[in-house]
Amino acid sequence: MGGSPGAACRAVTERDLLIAARRRSDVLTTFFFFVIVVSLFPLGVGPQPDTLRQIAPGVVWVAALLAAMLSLARMFGADYADGTLEQLVLTPQPLTLLVLAKILAHWLTTGLPLVLIAPLLGLQFDLPGNALATLLWSLLIGTPALSLIGAVGAALTLGVRGGGALTALLVLPLYVPVLVFGAGAVTASATGMGAAGHLSLLAAMSLAALVFAPWAAAMALRISLE
Amino acid sequence: MREMNWFKYSSPQTFYPLAGKMVPWFMGTAAVLGLVGLYIAFFAAPTDFQQGDAYRIIFIHVPAAWMSMFIYMVMAFWAGIGLAFNTRLSSMMAHALAPTGALMTFIALWTGAFWGRPTWGAWWVWDARLTSELILLFLYLGYLSLVAAIDDRRRADKASAVLALVGAINVPIIYFSVKWWNTLHQGSSISMTRAPSMASIMVAGMLVMVFAFWAYSIAAALLRVRCEIQDRERGAAWIKDLRKS
Repeated sequence: MGGSPGAACRAVTERDLLIAARRRSDVLTTFFFFVIVVSLFPLGVGPQPDTLRQIAPGVVWVAALLAAMLSLARMFGADYADGTLEQLVLTPQPLTLLVLAKILAHWLTTGLPLVLIAPLLGLQFDLPGNALATLLWSLLIGTPALSLIGAVGAALTLGVRGGGALTALLVLPLYVPVLVFGAGAVTASATGMGAAGHLSLLAAMSLAALVFAPWAAAMALRISLE
Repeated sequence: MREMNWFKYSSPQTFYPLAGKMVPWFMGTAAVLGLVGLYIAFFAAPTDFQQGDAYRIIFIHVPAAWMSMFIYMVMAFWAGIGLAFNTRLSSMMAHALAPTGALMTFIALWTGAFWGRPTWGAWWVWDARLTSELILLFLYLGYLSLVAAIDDRRRADKASAVLALVGAINVPIIYFSVKWWNTLHQGSSISMTRAPSMASIMVAGMLVMVFAFWAYSIAAALLRVRCEIQDRERGAAWIKDLRKS
């Protein structure tokens, strides 16, 4: 893979998107997992609109966390199994950027669909209009952080015994701040307090993850491939 | 003047006997200080006029909570050194510290629950400190499971080091996020911060207990690192010589 790092990154992202398009069931599984988990809560806690409105931000965000986490195994798993990952590590391009390109593809196929369907699920929970908009915004700003932080966990657990459950154990505690501010933004907006502060902090976390996570994930990949 | 070799004890072979010599001293210190501290805690310190005798659990609780956070930082430090300089002993030290840290976190949570029941009337409240301590326990468990899941020792060292460092960066972020989450939600109806005017005998007892916990943690980590060295270096000639003698 010669050429500039930018071209290499585009090639990596396009390839991952193409694979996702050819194997749609993988993408759809995560998507429907998210929808089903959110729909289970009214069945569990009862259909009173007041209760639903109160738990909606937390429920949607926790479901987004779980869905993002479940899809992490796909980020590097297949490439690790067939040796593509080793070739990526051997290319002259900086691995950090290539990892970032893979994370971008992962977010486009798993994070973005969740963001787009979330307002519809919010309607089921009787969220008011401004809270629905905040839900959309908070997920749009926050889910990249989930893919970014998750990439580190996915890279660390490549080819390790009990990979899936282990990834959950590693990644979920690190997701806590994103959950707190993501759900907090929606709650604040629903109670009329204004969500700008929460969203700014969420954006700060996503940006910090954007700087550090691809680098840490690249280091973890090198360790896993040694 | 002869130049001092700072790295003499960075080799498992030289560190193993040194650790063996230090363990009884630290264990002894922990036992003596623990007894003195517990004597102060149960007999010398007066009963608190607000909380009654229930407050006495802080003599265990506070040192455990401090150690739980401090050990994570020390663990991340050794893991980072191991990752940067590729020194085996540093990674072994990080692995050896983790179970003690997890134990301290657990003790802090458990004693906190026992203190909370009579004082707050609840075993558990979603207070910022309690919640971040719980997440710290999860971080320890994640670290321990990652180490246990990877069979290749060198890979386990490095992978767990990356995790420990990522965790160390996250600990303050988690603490502050949980703090804001709590205050934004309901306002802290119950505060962990008591009036700072603690009787000096209480402070003394707590300090003695803190040093006892320090000594115990060091001794436990050294004991564990000795086991780890024996296990990993079992093929090495010096271990075989040691077994024979």
